[in-house]
Amino acid sequence: MKLKLTTLALTALMAASPAVAELVFPSLSYRTGPYAANGIPFADGYADYFTLLNERDGGIGGEPVRMVECETGYNTEKGVECYESTKAEGSLVYQPLSTGITYQLIPKATADGIPVHSMGYGRTSAKDGTVFKNIFNYPANYWDGASIAVTHLADLNGGDLSGKKIALVYHNSAYGKEPIRTLEELAKKHGYELTLLPVDHPGQEQKSQWLQIRRERPDYVLMWGWGVMNQVAVQEAANIRFPMENFIGIWWSGSENDVRPAGAAANGYKALTFHNVGDDFPVFDDIQKYVVDAGKAAGAGDQIGTALYNRGLYAAMLAAEAAKTAQEIHGTKTLTPAQMRDGMEALEITEAKMAALGLPNFGPEFTVSCENHGGNGYGAVAQWDAAADEWSLITDYVQSDQEVLAPLVAEDSAAFAAENGIEPSCG
Amino acid sequence: MPDQFLFAIEVILNGLMAGVLYALVALGFVLIYKASGIFNYAQGVMALFAALTLVGIMEGQVPFSHLINATFGTDVHHFGWHVPALLAIFLTMLVMIALAWCVQRFVFRFLVGQEPIILFMATIGLAYFLEGVGDLMWGSDIKTLDVGLPQGGSFWIEEMTVGLGGDGFYGFFIDKLDIIATVIAVLLVAGLVAFAQYTKQGRAMRAVADDHQAALSVGVSLNFIWILVWSLAGFVALVAGIMWGAKSGVQFSLSLIALKALPVLMLGGFTSIPGAIVGGLIIGVGEKLFEFLIGAPFLGGATENWFAYMLALLFLVFRPQGLFGEKIIERV
Repeated sequence: MKLKLTTLALTALMAASPAVAELVFPSLSYRTGPYAANGIPFADGYADYFTLLNERDGGIGGEPVRMVECETGYNTEKGVECYESTKAEGSLVYQPLSTGITYQLIPKATADGIPVHSMGYGRTSAKDGTVFKNIFNYPANYWDGASIAVTHLADLNGGDLSGKKIALVYHNSAYGKEPIRTLEELAKKHGYELTLLPVDHPGQEQKSQWLQIRRERPDYVLMWGWGVMNQVAVQEAANIRFPMENFIGIWWSGSENDVRPAGAAANGYKALTFHNVGDDFPVFDDIQKYVVDAGKAAGAGDQIGTALYNRGLYAAMLAAEAAKTAQEIHGTKTLTPAQMRDGMEALEITEAKMAALGLPNFGPEFTVSCENHGGNGYGAVAQWDAAADEWSLITDYVQSDQEVLAPLVAEDSAAFAAENGIEPSCG
Repeated sequence: MPDQFLFAIEVILNGLMAGVLYALVALGFVLIYKASGIFNYAQGVMALFAALTLVGIMEGQVPFSHLINATFGTDVHHFGWHVPALLAIFLTMLVMIALAWCVQRFVFRFLVGQEPIILFMATIGLAYFLEGVGDLMWGSDIKTLDVGLPQGGSFWIEEMTVGLGGDGFYGFFIDKLDIIATVIAVLLVAGLVAFAQYTKQGRAMRAVADDHQAALSVGVSLNFIWILVWSLAGFVALVAGIMWGAKSGVQFSLSLIALKALPVLMLGGFTSIPGAIVGGLIIGVGEKLFEFLIGAPFLGGATENWFAYMLALLFLVFRPQGLFGEKIIERV
């Protein structure tokens, strides 16, 4: 009887515990639905980098990585379900890959003590870590993007944008409206005239907006689009013969998918980015050797080097580096979400570190701190070469206008803190 | 002429063209609803599936290649040939006919006599099934559709009209693709009307639409007519898929074009082919003109979808059968 009871107890204990200690990284992906074409390369890049770490290095700091993928279909409700169903697995950090899901997870993840990393999307003022303790949005956010675009246009005009007309074509949603306040503030500083052109979801029909652009002849058009809206906008711009080099999209309007349907007409179109493009980096040789050739690639292996694959890989690299930092801080290989948060808050990405990872000049250098969860706000401009079928960076990484942005972040995060009874603090 | 007036005319012209594209989608709904009383929720997905199949055939893509490769460890993606556009369109049409047969054989044959809501639910299931099959067959990447249709503003029209206004007027902008779509839509409607009026199958189709029990009693095969109607809707979906796919690339959000057809159907009536065309034109012109005159200057823009559905709602209140729909008379 005693033996039976002992056996039962041991079996129950084994069933309740993970088989081996491991670092769990959930991947809230969308490989189905209208946005699958964008979701697949990101998810592949994210998964392949962790597979590489497992196959080549035995994980992070000797601890194997387990990635838990959950399909959101880019649907906010499903994204929240994914969070609820995976958080008990010891998930260390969530990358929701959707502004809508991010907004839903901010209160939940904060209450659960699990960090969220919304890289280049989500709530911009989450940059203020004294208010948003568990939310990170390094290395850049939408307001950085708006500022970097304006800085680029100013550079093209000898630093003077006064009298210029800039139109913003944007997805008529919370995401699309994000840059408006920043662009309005920057208009006051630079003296340009801003025209706002919202496009209804999903953006398949944009004739009215582009006829207006044709009538009003803005000097430059900025775009905050997503999915089919991007392809249609690039095609409509080509139709009215708007100069493509004067048309700049945010980083979510800057994948190969967005420009290829328009063919040669898309040549010269520009997009912002906070990471490098192409596959000319040593890490891709390792991915080919340890992941693709070994038959362990997340997808068909045909997305490597695309803009969104690189973004997924970059997101995974930043998560892995934060985990390494957390291991160093706490002197342990296994991590809890709270320890992972500490690692993210102490993350420092230097050129030497990226070069050692096989990613030289792949992204901007930045540091994260309690006060600054958003990095230093650096980004670059990429341009599409239709003949070569590739993006190339045409600027260095430049910093957003912190003089304008810092007060906006402080104002918005203070409002959030007041609404939610949060006392801003560090430690 | 004042520039503002010319701009309004330009907006109306472009609204008419957009309306034709909406009508192309609405036509597929009308064909099936008229003949079988089914509101086909899957019509948008059929346009997507047809366009995906067309691109897949043109590019010599191996269907289900991801599934084949994952199962058998192979690495096949393409047959290595490219099929000319016209032949690919013909082959795609054969696929759509096969799909129509399958839909009738495996779904609706078992649902004859069921309530309309059951049939509607079946088409929702069909939409999800087709979307999944389309993904498995051809992959979910965005595909460029090039069947040789011209795109971009017409230089000729611009040059001919630039003198009508002042310095701020650059001539009328009319997209060449929209002109082609209009011509094709006219031919399509003329062909459908001629088919319904002058062919034996067309007359049988109309007989089934009027009273399927009476049609059965005189020897019309309901099975055949339903396959015929779904095939015609498949053909219309293919045309709509080509036109919309040429604008945005062939991608899964193509199925959302169905959203543009709903107000057109409410306005034109669910049972009228001319109603779909007229409804499309009214919605196209109405939404563009409203955006130009009121939406953009006073309401912050992006009013087109709102206006289309508001107009449709007004019609539902005052004329529920739509402009050309059959009046609903229920005897108790």
